[in-house]
Amino acid sequence: MKTRFVDSGFKKAVTLLALSVAVLTCLLVYNMAANAVPAMQKFGPAFLFTSTWDPVKEIFGALPFIYGTIVSSALALLIAVPVSLGIAVYLAELAPLYIRQPLNFLIELLAAIPSVVYGLWGIFVLAPFLRDIAQPFLSNYLGFLPVFKGEFYGVGMLTAGIILSIMIIPTISSISREVFLTVPFTQREAASALGATRWETIRLAVLGYAKPGVMGAVILGLGRALGETMAVTMVIGNRPEISASLFAPSYTMASVIANEFIEATSNLYLSALIEVGLILFFVTLLINIAARALIWKVLSKAKIANI
Amino acid sequence: MKRLLSALVIAAVVFSISLAANTGLAEKILLINGAGATFPYPLYSKWFYEYAKVDPSVNFNYQSIGSGGGIRQITAQTVDFGASDGALTDAQLKAAPRELLHIPMTAGAVVVTYNIPGVSESLRFAPEVVAGIFLGSIKRWDDPRIAEYNTGINLPGQNIIVAHRSDGSGTTNIFTDYLCSISSNWNSKVGKGTSVNWPVGLGAKGNEGVAGLVKQTPGAVGYVELAYAVKNNLPYGDIQNKSGNFITPSIESTTTAVNGKVNSMPEDFRVSLVNPDGEDAYPIAGFTWILVYKDQVDSVKGKKVVEFLRWAVTDGQKYSADLLYSPLPKSMVRKIEDKINQISY
Repeated sequence: MKTRFVDSGFKKAVTLLALSVAVLTCLLVYNMAANAVPAMQKFGPAFLFTSTWDPVKEIFGALPFIYGTIVSSALALLIAVPVSLGIAVYLAELAPLYIRQPLNFLIELLAAIPSVVYGLWGIFVLAPFLRDIAQPFLSNYLGFLPVFKGEFYGVGMLTAGIILSIMIIPTISSISREVFLTVPFTQREAASALGATRWETIRLAVLGYAKPGVMGAVILGLGRALGETMAVTMVIGNRPEISASLFAPSYTMASVIANEFIEATSNLYLSALIEVGLILFFVTLLINIAARALIWKVLSKAKIANI
Repeated sequence: MKRLLSALVIAAVVFSISLAANTGLAEKILLINGAGATFPYPLYSKWFYEYAKVDPSVNFNYQSIGSGGGIRQITAQTVDFGASDGALTDAQLKAAPRELLHIPMTAGAVVVTYNIPGVSESLRFAPEVVAGIFLGSIKRWDDPRIAEYNTGINLPGQNIIVAHRSDGSGTTNIFTDYLCSISSNWNSKVGKGTSVNWPVGLGAKGNEGVAGLVKQTPGAVGYVELAYAVKNNLPYGDIQNKSGNFITPSIESTTTAVNGKVNSMPEDFRVSLVNPDGEDAYPIAGFTWILVYKDQVDSVKGKKVVEFLRWAVTDGQKYSADLLYSPLPKSMVRKIEDKINQISY
């Protein structure tokens, strides 16, 4: 009798805890939306499609921030995903035991470094390196591509993308490694028994099986990239402009909020910044939904293949 | 079980005793809350520390959350005083429930810092050159308009890279205020404020961000607070003032700038200090204010706030120079004291 009471009480308690997250999210959205009303009324949907951000004349358009957030995160994934998968495969499948533990530890250490430290490293090490060596090199050999044109500032979209990729590599690689380790050993044995080489075994038996989990890892990494504020603000150049070149300075939604919120004195200005926050929330939500849908698709395919 | 119970009882007793002791303490020391500008924060903390020796019965708590936050909080009356690097607009004053006073506490200067490879001399900037650089119309260091006032310095053919603050700040407010006062083009195109729509350049967070970017980028030019530039040994240029003299930024030349405005000071002190009269006045400077209500609702707190303000603008001014803030000139202090006397409690 007593245990049953505890059981049901426990269930109620955890349900309540789970619900509180949903309630909190709803309140958050409601509060942001309510505070963004002045900007929404003034600018309407044009807020999403115009590029002028002028706090003095109180003309606000968020397009450069939306662009900057999406492109810097995409760039980060482009760099981080192959590297992370390589790390994860090596650690889970190939590395000798005495390397696995220390390397694992180092990667988890990377995740614990505060973002401001990444930002400082970006300003003092990465940006000068890019400006003096990497950008001239890229422009020399690949300068015909619009993404590698323009002046070398050091700071800019490319720098932000690289810093972000380094910041999300620990997340993606350590989760992917865990996922690879959950792949049943029989899978690998089966592949080997059929005469698969080491590479084929990994590709077919491990990567194929682990695909949904790896996708999840990538989404977690993407979430961190979209919301990252401090490190990006320090290296992206903070210029609300859309440029085809990766060398050019850019701006993200999280950065503009962090930069301008404390000194935003007028109501419309504040409300425009809050609307940017709301957009960031929905962009993150949309990308997450899209990624989930992708996983479901992959999962259902995998199930059919398994049958 | 019994042991646990007795432990709990002991804990409860100890807790309530300590609680009683704490509240007893709180009754003796009056806590006065303020919030606002980050720029004067080092000076304000020094003042609160020193003032605790003058009047031990009062304790000041100041949150340097930025001028915007300070204005919002004093308007909402959640703090006893606010602080701002920019004067409130008429609309902002109207939004406050009662009459708000601006009390100037100290003045600060903004300097133009740069990183030009091969140039170690101090550069001289005419106003139209400063405006030209930040508008993007002067693009290279060897531009004849820069060279005109810097004869003998070998300026390289390097592109100018402008660095500015990306975060909203009083420093930007002072600097853009200056640009507005000397360039009609800047005034109509960009305007002044804690954040503006910069025609050119890269944004960096904080004085340290701008200084870092300038240090790291050959050909860069930016603006930082005088105090920050001095403490970090950054190079900075002399600026040509209204009288045509090139003035090195310093505490003295900033105080002189305040002097140049004393005679034309409006009654509410909402004045910009840029481009003042005076042979030796440095032209890029600004006040930072404490914001208080003219009629204080809490008579005890009101009295303490008034006493502190009076102390800060008189005795407190001697701590300014050490922290690289410019002390207010005597003639100004008298005017401010008159204003403080108007506060009722």
